[in-house]
Amino acid sequence: MENKNAKGWLYLLPAFLFLGVFMIYPLIDVFVYSFEEGYNSASQTFSGTGLYNYSYVLHDPYFLQAVQNTLILVAITVPLSTGLALLISVALSSIKPLRDLFQTVYFLPYVTNTLAVGLVFMILFKKTAYSDGLVNLLLQCFGGSSIDFIDGPYWAKMFVLCFYTVWVVMPFKILILTSALASVNQVYYNAARVDGTPRWRIFTKITLPMISPMIFYLVITGFIGAFKAYSDAVALFGTDLNAAEMNTIVGYVYDMLYGNSGGYPSYASAAAILLFAIVLTITCINLLVSRKHVHY
Amino acid sequence: MKILLQNLTKKFPGRGKKSTEEVIAVNDFTFEIPDGKLIGLLGPSGCGKSTALNLICGLQKPTAGKIFFGEDDVTDLPPEHRGVGLVFQSYALYPHLTVLKNITFPLENLRGADRLTKEEMEKRALEAAKLVQLEGLMDRKPSELSGGQQQRVAIARALVKTPRVLLLDEPLSNLDARLRLQTREEIRRIQRQTGVTTVFVTHDQEEAMSISDMIVVMKEGVVQQIGKPQEVYDQPVNLFVAKFLGTPPINVFQGKVSGGQLHIGDEVLLSLSDVPDQEVIVGIRPEGFILREDGPLSCDLTRVEVMGRDVSVVSTHPCSENPSIRSIINAENTVDPDAEKVRFALNPRKLYLFHPRTGERIPFTAG
Amino acid sequence: MNKTTDYQRIERRARIGRILSNIAIYTLLTLWGLVVLFPFYWMLLTSVKSYGSYNAEHIPSFFTLSPTLQNYVDAFTTVNLGRYLLNTLLFTLATTAIMLVVITLSAFAFARLEFRGKNLVFTLFLSLMMIPNELVIITNFTTVTDLGLRNTFLGLILPSVTSVFYIYLLKENFAQIPDELYYAAKVDGTSDLRYLRRVMIPICRPTLITIIILKIIECWNSYVWPRLITDDPDYYLVSNGIQEIRENGFGRENIPAMMAAVVVISVPLIVLFLIFRRKVMAGVARGGTKG
Repeated sequence: MENKNAKGWLYLLPAFLFLGVFMIYPLIDVFVYSFEEGYNSASQTFSGTGLYNYSYVLHDPYFLQAVQNTLILVAITVPLSTGLALLISVALSSIKPLRDLFQTVYFLPYVTNTLAVGLVFMILFKKTAYSDGLVNLLLQCFGGSSIDFIDGPYWAKMFVLCFYTVWVVMPFKILILTSALASVNQVYYNAARVDGTPRWRIFTKITLPMISPMIFYLVITGFIGAFKAYSDAVALFGTDLNAAEMNTIVGYVYDMLYGNSGGYPSYASAAAILLFAIVLTITCINLLVSRKHVHY
Repeated sequence: MKILLQNLTKKFPGRGKKSTEEVIAVNDFTFEIPDGKLIGLLGPSGCGKSTALNLICGLQKPTAGKIFFGEDDVTDLPPEHRGVGLVFQSYALYPHLTVLKNITFPLENLRGADRLTKEEMEKRALEAAKLVQLEGLMDRKPSELSGGQQQRVAIARALVKTPRVLLLDEPLSNLDARLRLQTREEIRRIQRQTGVTTVFVTHDQEEAMSISDMIVVMKEGVVQQIGKPQEVYDQPVNLFVAKFLGTPPINVFQGKVSGGQLHIGDEVLLSLSDVPDQEVIVGIRPEGFILREDGPLSCDLTRVEVMGRDVSVVSTHPCSENPSIRSIINAENTVDPDAEKVRFALNPRKLYLFHPRTGERIPFTAG
Repeated sequence: MNKTTDYQRIERRARIGRILSNIAIYTLLTLWGLVVLFPFYWMLLTSVKSYGSYNAEHIPSFFTLSPTLQNYVDAFTTVNLGRYLLNTLLFTLATTAIMLVVITLSAFAFARLEFRGKNLVFTLFLSLMMIPNELVIITNFTTVTDLGLRNTFLGLILPSVTSVFYIYLLKENFAQIPDELYYAAKVDGTSDLRYLRRVMIPICRPTLITIIILKIIECWNSYVWPRLITDDPDYYLVSNGIQEIRENGFGRENIPAMMAAVVVISVPLIVLFLIFRRKVMAGVARGGTKG
């Protein structure tokens, strides 16, 4: 028996070691950091413990800016991408010819490097000395005036960020929703058709309730994902996000840790914990709401 | 509402890469279903009976042929305009809706002049629920109901919009044996009470025989025989129908007719007129055997099963196509279970001759 | 007679409705298809325009008559794109390989072996799935720095060689293999490791392939950790490389060459995806989320 126990643990040892060093220990450590005041990364000393780090972060205009950006991003992209993905998935499920082709195309953004393709979006939207960029030219065609989406006004930049984020998260949502739609038994649709149910009513009364668990799953993962937005913003606006006013909470954490404004792991920890708390709260609210509305 | 099917044909393109041959699910189906009757579409699985049902309700379009409801040609009409009620094999109850909501669902689709108020809907739902004896369960979800109750909800939902035609797809196959017996009586009662023309599909011949006014026996897309259950049982047109109907099944022997006499092996069973000399297949219903010391058919006795009212005698015969012969005799006759041989006389009305190749029945006159 | 015309009208209306909705559906799908594909087209197109002609276009043209491969040459010579690609390849292969060993052993222990504390540890593992990367990355950064592993492959690889989610996925799959097979192998004197290698791994190959594909996508796109841990361009991965190209780049703003680099970086994964299309999509549907 002793031998058997040892063997089991031996097989687990590598995973345990890695998880211990890179997940469990840091998890404890991040809380410790966040309470250590005046931490000096060079001498690795700190002057006291308390809530100062939190208060600093909460009063830091860059952090507030990052929270604002993240909240706007979440509030716009989650409903938009979920709704659009639902629309596209329903359309996709109702056709046969070309369906495979469309599905393949729609999945492409999932397998691309966010940073690399972000550059393409940047040049499409960017105004340079030579050219106004394709999007601006289109705008002008329709009688609008050109805007610099990358270095220009706040809402123009936010628009590009939201647009790119939706573009990036759509493949996953379409994939999940099309498979959810495919798993709804055809017999319910037949029953509804025999009863003369109009299409729209079939959709709201049968399809939506049946796939509601998956929609809520997408909303929750969408919230979590959007709260952690970072590399999309870097791809569009470069690494100095504070200067571009486009920083996100995660971006703030990394900037505190490293880079030009870095070297403050305590502030970074406090910000990360604040982020975690926000995400956790929102997830819990989501779960509570979904328990009321997801029917089975 | 009478239903008329005219040369109805449904072909499916061959599925899979290898078989591009098209499958004919329903082949040239012509039949008139009289108003207010209960019709059983009967056949082994894959015989096209479900496809036939789907064609009637409009979920599938026929490749050729026409469908009339009364005088109206509904062949190209989408299902929602046909006024049919359909009960699915799996019931297709919406799992997220209560029984009441499930039953009122079709009513909520009515628009324009037919539109109902909420009270009217609930009143009609309650009437339908009463008909299937479900009144007390209106607030439950389908998952909280037994299989039999779910079945009744499905029937109530199909009936609530007072359809011109009620269609049931294998309505009893998901129920256990006891419920099945009970539910089929229910279906018969409901059909009588509402008088709606009803077509139901089943692979269970006993089910079809017991409640149908008429049965349609199908095989591989082709209608074999149409008639009252007893007629079809007593006068099967071919070997397939004879084999498909009846429990225990008909006993089949290799035999031949020569010189006006029917032979099985060396034994002469009957004399018959008007059948020329030829090889034949002989089918004898289990109840066609009469236990008699001097009977012409001698079989090796395997065992005797006592079933109360009847006795089932299991025996073998070298010319039998089945591994064993099952005959049902009155329990008043005693059989010695230790005897090696048992001899039967035969009731010529329970004995049929079939052509060995085509399986068509060969009519004969005994005597 | 009146009734018949009524039916014909209903049929015609139904048919027209079907056609109209089909048009709407295909228009919507095509539009989104264009939104998805256009950036790819634009990046390919720009990457074959010459530097001069690109900058001369005030209104960008949608095609080019004189494609050039010069930008690709620039991407590999002026900046160290080859190096970044090689680094990413090494990083991806090493991480995936080590991770496979680690998770297979753990999944085997959880699915097949009996030892004290198993359920407790498994629950602990599962609860770790909820921990976001952002929370632990701060300490990991300090740990790796303290160990002197910055700008090394070891420092890049080590934190991402375990995944609780993949252990869970594989364990579930292992657990589906009937116990009889194990006992039969035991009777024949097969050792546990041999049983794992010869029976369990081959049976669960589809799951393993799914995991490999997902991990490769993840590695190829990883940005945050490599950015924190490397500042020596010799150790840059493609994501950092492209960011470096963008910020310090080709000495001047050479967008066509940048796009050539983007194409080179994007192609491997797209090709991999097109080959294993069904597997990738099934795998992602089973539990992959991006980020």
